Amino acid sequence: MPNAVEPPVASPSSLQDAYALLAKGGYRPIAGGTDLMVQLTGEIGEPPERVLDISRLDRLRGIERNAGWLVIGALTTYTELRRSPLIAELLPALAEAAATIGAAQIQQRGTLGGNIANASPAGDTLPILLATDARIVVGSGRQERTIPATEFWIGYRTTARADDELVLRVEVPLVSDRRVRFRKIGTRRAQAISKVVMALSWSADGRAGAWRNVRLALGSVAERPIRAWETEAILEGARPDEETAERAVAALAAEIHPIDDVRSTAEYRRAVATRVLHRLIREEGSR
Amino acid sequence: MSYRLQVNGEPVEVDAPGMRRLLDVLREELGLTGTKEGCGEGECGACSVLLDGAVVDACLVPICQVDGRAVTTVEGLAREGVLNALQAAFLETGGAQCGICTPGMLMAGEAFIASGAAPEEDAIREAIAGNLCRCTGYTKIIDAIALAAERRRVPG
Repeated sequence: MPNAVEPPVASPSSLQDAYALLAKGGYRPIAGGTDLMVQLTGEIGEPPERVLDISRLDRLRGIERNAGWLVIGALTTYTELRRSPLIAELLPALAEAAATIGAAQIQQRGTLGGNIANASPAGDTLPILLATDARIVVGSGRQERTIPATEFWIGYRTTARADDELVLRVEVPLVSDRRVRFRKIGTRRAQAISKVVMALSWSADGRAGAWRNVRLALGSVAERPIRAWETEAILEGARPDEETAERAVAALAAEIHPIDDVRSTAEYRRAVATRVLHRLIREEGSR
Repeated sequence: MSYRLQVNGEPVEVDAPGMRRLLDVLREELGLTGTKEGCGEGECGACSVLLDGAVVDACLVPICQVDGRAVTTVEGLAREGVLNALQAAFLETGGAQCGICTPGMLMAGEAFIASGAAPEEDAIREAIAGNLCRCTGYTKIIDAIALAAERRRVPG
């Protein structure tokens, strides 16, 4: 069945033109379309009144290293993340996350900026951005501003981005001794929306083997992607051993608030989130 | 709006609303009904086509984003009535059953073969992970893609 709704679309080729259109109101941006095209049927909420095709804004493309930052354009696709030598070198966990999203057809089209702006609590790249102190740069005709990832997803499918702003790029600080691990649990390896998705980052404190600068972020366990602050506090300064793992999972079980839905149950999500964290910590401890 | 694209090597001009799905343009405006609609939401891969060589779901691509680009559909695989290597391999191995997934499987398989990756089972499984076969005939489909890829790598 062809879609009942075909809203008017504008395809500006400059950021200034895009900003001018956004300022008029009523526009929903489309990049890879993997989320928005499905909304045109009207089966999932209200279809957009007008659509702004941002795919020609080439300034939103590219992956580069800029001083101490890894800078990723909003239009970077999951396929590009998977194939990028810079991502492989500087943040391989992000390529790992991209590889779990949909399958080839979705990865060729879906973008990092779209994952960020769509703000699904199950967005698979989002825990990595939270766990690496990334910041998100948004822009409008008024200004560009930089929002820490921890302040970007503020509620269920709600972000700090205003309606007239576009997500332009992501900036991830490069920390030399940082380790990042990623885990996603879904029904199958491909085409699965996560039941639990997790990113853990830390810096190993050489001789003592203790973890510093621990960040733990999760998706699909709350109304938005979250940092697990209490669990981080347990892990900070600790060594990755059995006792630490036990204390960390107790904290995590108390701190997350998953729900029952079509993909899983709250009970399963809590059990699997804690199990995955326990295993990650023990794996690191036995290295 | 009017959009110019290449479909199976031929230049085409389409007059359509910009948010019309590439899938609808192919089937309704251009009469290329080889591309199937399964789920219409990017889950099943029945509408897979190549967009500038990359495999995409035509149900998720608005025509405004195809302006100036090249689309290959299943109708573009055979040349002058002769099946291409992958199509022939599907016949040889029994890779087609009811047929609804076959056009999409062929396009995902073409993208895999064109990538030049070694035709190992895991890699082929990943390449068609976005394509569902309701007959669950995956084994023969994987055999077909492996066979065609092998022949491509060792010409003759």
